[in-house]
Amino acid sequence: MSGVSGREITYLEAVREALIQEMRRDPEVFLLGEDIGVYGGAFGVTRGLLEEFGPERVRETPISEAAIAGAAIGAALMGMRPVMEIMFMDFITIAMNQLVNQAAKMRFMFGGKASIPLVCRTPAGSGTGAAAQHCQSLEAWFVHVPGLKVVAPSTPYDAKGLLISSIRDNNPVIFVEHKLLYRDRGPVPEDSYTIPLGLADVKREGRDLTIVAYSVMVQRALEAAERLAREGIEAEVIDPRTLRPLDRETIVRSVCKTSRVLVVQEAPAACGVGAELAATVVESEAFDYLDAPVRRLTGRDVPIPYNRTLERAAVPQVEDIVAAGRQLAREGR
Amino acid sequence: MGDSRRLLNHLPREKLSWMLQKMCETRYFEEKAEELYARGLVHGTMHLSIGMEASPVGSIAALEPGDLIIHHHRGHGHTIAKGADITLMMAEFLGKEPGYCRGRGGSMHIADIPGGNLGATGVVASGIPTAVGVALALQMRRSDRVLLCFFGDGATNSGEFHEGVNLASVWKLPVVFICDNNQYGMSMPIRRAMNIDHIATRAVAYGIPGQTVDGNDVLAVYEAVRVAVGRARLGQGPSLVDNVTYRWRGHSKSDRNLYRSQEEIEAWKRKCPIARFKAALVDSGVMTREEVETIEQQARATVDRAAEEALTFPEPSPEHLEDEVYAP
Repeated sequence: MSGVSGREITYLEAVREALIQEMRRDPEVFLLGEDIGVYGGAFGVTRGLLEEFGPERVRETPISEAAIAGAAIGAALMGMRPVMEIMFMDFITIAMNQLVNQAAKMRFMFGGKASIPLVCRTPAGSGTGAAAQHCQSLEAWFVHVPGLKVVAPSTPYDAKGLLISSIRDNNPVIFVEHKLLYRDRGPVPEDSYTIPLGLADVKREGRDLTIVAYSVMVQRALEAAERLAREGIEAEVIDPRTLRPLDRETIVRSVCKTSRVLVVQEAPAACGVGAELAATVVESEAFDYLDAPVRRLTGRDVPIPYNRTLERAAVPQVEDIVAAGRQLAREGR
Repeated sequence: MGDSRRLLNHLPREKLSWMLQKMCETRYFEEKAEELYARGLVHGTMHLSIGMEASPVGSIAALEPGDLIIHHHRGHGHTIAKGADITLMMAEFLGKEPGYCRGRGGSMHIADIPGGNLGATGVVASGIPTAVGVALALQMRRSDRVLLCFFGDGATNSGEFHEGVNLASVWKLPVVFICDNNQYGMSMPIRRAMNIDHIATRAVAYGIPGQTVDGNDVLAVYEAVRVAVGRARLGQGPSLVDNVTYRWRGHSKSDRNLYRSQEEIEAWKRKCPIARFKAALVDSGVMTREEVETIEQQARATVDRAAEEALTFPEPSPEHLEDEVYAP
């Protein structure tokens, strides 16, 4: 899966490498967003790109999220391939009209005669002490909208391959990067490669239960699976990687094998991606294989708090996944 | 009016005749739309621009064939002036498969992308940020084409207007922002929605030219937009043109006109942009009364034929409805 190259880079570097390689390959690809030039973006993802590609293709904008999105949409309508950055996913709320009412709708409402090949990159998630307006995981809002695609990679390898695919895709793609993953290292081939959108990945094989998780929760689920293994419980960890379109088959196949499923997400439960994942299982043939009810482990029903202890308590941690997995593995025996 | 008189004598007769034809086609298209609606042949809503025809037609008259437009829910005039096939427009209004949007968009979302009409958006002001991107692509590709971005007076109170016009100014984009200012939102008069007399003064905040225009004088509109288009094409950045006009009909079919007086409506009907242009053409001796009437009759015949034909078109099938959601 991770190629033969032994080179390891961070998730942040993998995102940057995807941007650089696509910008070198295709002159229609350009970046726009707040402070993405000299500053390098709030998290440093675009550092160094201004020097190579110049201010026209690494295009800094005023603090105008609706105009950033609109500029990306209009350029995409003209056949360019803009990659816009929304500094924190929380701020995407200001661009919602453009993304949901314009980008997602134009192709359909114009009878299939337009396409909007844009990527909206945005860092999401908690764990940085930035509190309620800089830590949200709003991916479910976009998964709900026909016309958008939503990608949420969990490893450096996936981040690079999925971002390249997203840039080459002819539709608007919301590309959710998790801030806590930026420093994670992993093997990433130097050459350009793609990972198809809509293809899940089995991150760990196991026979006793299936854990479906995405973004940072994949890493926590993998750590939890190692601890469960020491107790004799073998968890299979499935990462959908793309939340829309969703690879339902891989999830269903795994649950048919393990008969137990734990769905993990950082966002609060109500109408979240986890609800769709759970429904996917119970609406499928996997329902007949279930030995225990589908279990969701989600963020608590609160805005993300500032204090370190409170912030940790607000979203699933490794020990929570271990406890939920252990309990689920014992149920229905 | 001095400028308009000069233009009557200097513009090619062909152009003047085109302006009258497009205004008449718009007027008759909308009257036909009302009629079809009254006969119960129309499923959805419509937003009529009767009385406002000079703003889109005069503006688009200032464009070259390769130029582009983005417009709004009250967009029949823009679509006709940009050269749409009226039969396909009527087909879209009737929700038919051969319509411009294959019956998926309706009256509010007619687009003809190969024809440079990048579509009508139904959320007030939404076309403005999108226009920034279209103009950005023109600039980045070193194109000499320009974009007209139309919106109503209500849009200028939205954040998207501010964000979009500011960014277009900062980047000196080849776009002209045109306000089809009919002086009302759905029912909210501009005097209660803003504390300035002229929308054009908002241009000062973005460091771009702004001009208030008699929006019922098609030649005045043409002249103001021609100057703005020239600036945009030379790389001098955007302008704001405020065409002050009036819609005779309600906002949409649900409107009972409770927010304005019949006297006010009648007073504006006496300023009809089509009657005024016809009189100017005849009075100045550019056209005879018969020539003007011939243009009117041809426009009416075009619309009648379009409606007849469109009514015979097939309905779209719900099968494969998902096919247009994503591009391959």
